[in-house]
Amino acid sequence: MTDIVFENVSKFYAEILGVNRVNLSIPPGVTSLVGPNGSGKTTLMNMIAGLLRPSRGRVVVCGIEPDDAERFFRLVGYSTQYDSFPRGLTGFEFVECYLRLYGYSAKDTKRLAWEAIDRVGLREASARRIAGYSKGMRQRIKLAQAIAHRPRVLVLDEPLNGLDPLARSETIALFQALAAEGSHVLISTHILHEVDLISDHVIMMNQGYVVAEGRIRGMRDEISEHPMQVLIRCDKPEYLASRLFGENQVVEVRIHADRAGLLVRTRSADGFYKLLNHIALNGVQIESVAPADDDAQSVYEYLIGSEESTK
Amino acid sequence: MTANWTLWFRQIVAIMRIDLRKTFFAKRGLWIYLLAFAPEVPMIGHWLFSHRSGGGYNGDTLGQDVQIFAGIFQFFYLRIAIFFGCVGIFANLFRGEMMDKSLHYYLLAPVRREVLVVGKFLSGLTAAIVIFGGSALLQFPAMFWHHGRELMSAYMLHGPGMSHLISYFLAAVLACIGYGSLFLAAGVLFRNPLIPAAGLLVWESINGFLPALLKKISIIYWLQSICPIPMPAQQMHGGRGANSIMELLVIDIDPAPAHLAVINLLLIAGFVIVWAAMRARRMEIAYGTD
Repeated sequence: MTDIVFENVSKFYAEILGVNRVNLSIPPGVTSLVGPNGSGKTTLMNMIAGLLRPSRGRVVVCGIEPDDAERFFRLVGYSTQYDSFPRGLTGFEFVECYLRLYGYSAKDTKRLAWEAIDRVGLREASARRIAGYSKGMRQRIKLAQAIAHRPRVLVLDEPLNGLDPLARSETIALFQALAAEGSHVLISTHILHEVDLISDHVIMMNQGYVVAEGRIRGMRDEISEHPMQVLIRCDKPEYLASRLFGENQVVEVRIHADRAGLLVRTRSADGFYKLLNHIALNGVQIESVAPADDDAQSVYEYLIGSEESTK
Repeated sequence: MTANWTLWFRQIVAIMRIDLRKTFFAKRGLWIYLLAFAPEVPMIGHWLFSHRSGGGYNGDTLGQDVQIFAGIFQFFYLRIAIFFGCVGIFANLFRGEMMDKSLHYYLLAPVRREVLVVGKFLSGLTAAIVIFGGSALLQFPAMFWHHGRELMSAYMLHGPGMSHLISYFLAAVLACIGYGSLFLAAGVLFRNPLIPAAGLLVWESINGFLPALLKKISIIYWLQSICPIPMPAQQMHGGRGANSIMELLVIDIDPAPAHLAVINLLLIAGFVIVWAAMRARRMEIAYGTD
């Protein structure tokens, strides 16, 4: 009852596939939705928010379906990818006028609008017309509008686009704060190196299908066709490399460019770590051992391909 | 379905607050004002011309002006000005926001689609009545003022003037309700609401050729039943207008009683709004494909 649930959901636009046979249960926390353009991310988000109806299957958010609009949209906030606003409104008017649709009193509406505007740091610009806002400011006022009614489920389509580094880190902190309060924060993004920083869970999509979902580390462990990469920092990288070459579970060894470590590819991480312990007892000073490819970028490249990841 | 009238009332007020601003102050809606107030221009011109040429009015010229006013109101104001004005106002309530990619803000609020349709219809209706009802009220003094205070007073207070004015205002309001409901539904149902609007225009125009029963399946028939003076095509052409193009527009069956016309127009509008609300429940946002 607390998850966002997709039950065998498919969406077709006439003959064109949007998403196909999606089964998901998204728990509270920050979840990133990643995939190349046209992979079905926005379709999935639009279905969570009730802007699109599944052709098959059903979507239930915390036990409520989008058809029950009066309950559903008190629970859900959505900042879409559309960079469009009603004409002639200031930032404050934009947040305030749609909040009135929730039936709040004028006083509560103003209080909630200011609270949301303060959370995204736009108080000073709130009296200006949105038409004069920068891309980053427009992103933030959309975010304010989406969080103003304090939703438990926040769906954000490319929310970091156009933000400068400071606004970016403040916005990420806001997502994490909302998740810490028990909310679902579902974010679609193209920026893979931020996925690890932002998210508790990741959903990877390609060509309308969910190709992987869960925690990045767990997803990486299940990709058996790509040997695990491990970066070892030590005092005798050449010696260590010569020792590792002969071992069965080691597929490849490369000396690191700074010659202070080596990159090892192995088919069995557990076996390799046992072997490393044994070698370390024989005179090699090992400073650190760290997985080198259990981040979102690597997992994405293995599952979807490096060409797609650049889009 | 639990009725939550207080919430729905507040939501309708909120919708009207957003939409009225857009409807009244949009630059792209300027042509609607021009269309609505177009009849005043020749009327005021007629007044100024008569004033310069020395006047000299009597009961006969007032009678002629009453006929001319009926012609302008029924041929131009109802059939063209209010018709196209309602296309501009009501068809844009949904379709215009689809084009602007801002309709989703409404659909992401905890508002029943039925409430949204009613709220938007009332927004459009308020704007249309202020613009077209207001213009109808202004047209009356613009047309008749030049007859002088005494004759005007006699016509308005002791003659049929006041009842004519009320009937014309009522016809304008009901035209906004009737056409407005149809064009709102067209905006919900069609990607290009101009196509059904053109279809309706043709249907209303060929109404004079249709059998009696089909003539009643229109908005204009009921509106003309409310107008106090019959369509003056014959008189306008001095009795030789049998082949006039104007005659094509005359609905030559007996008009319905005014109260029946009012009830029927309200029923048509109510039915269309309920239908549009039911279809709006299935509405999806796919701006990219529009």
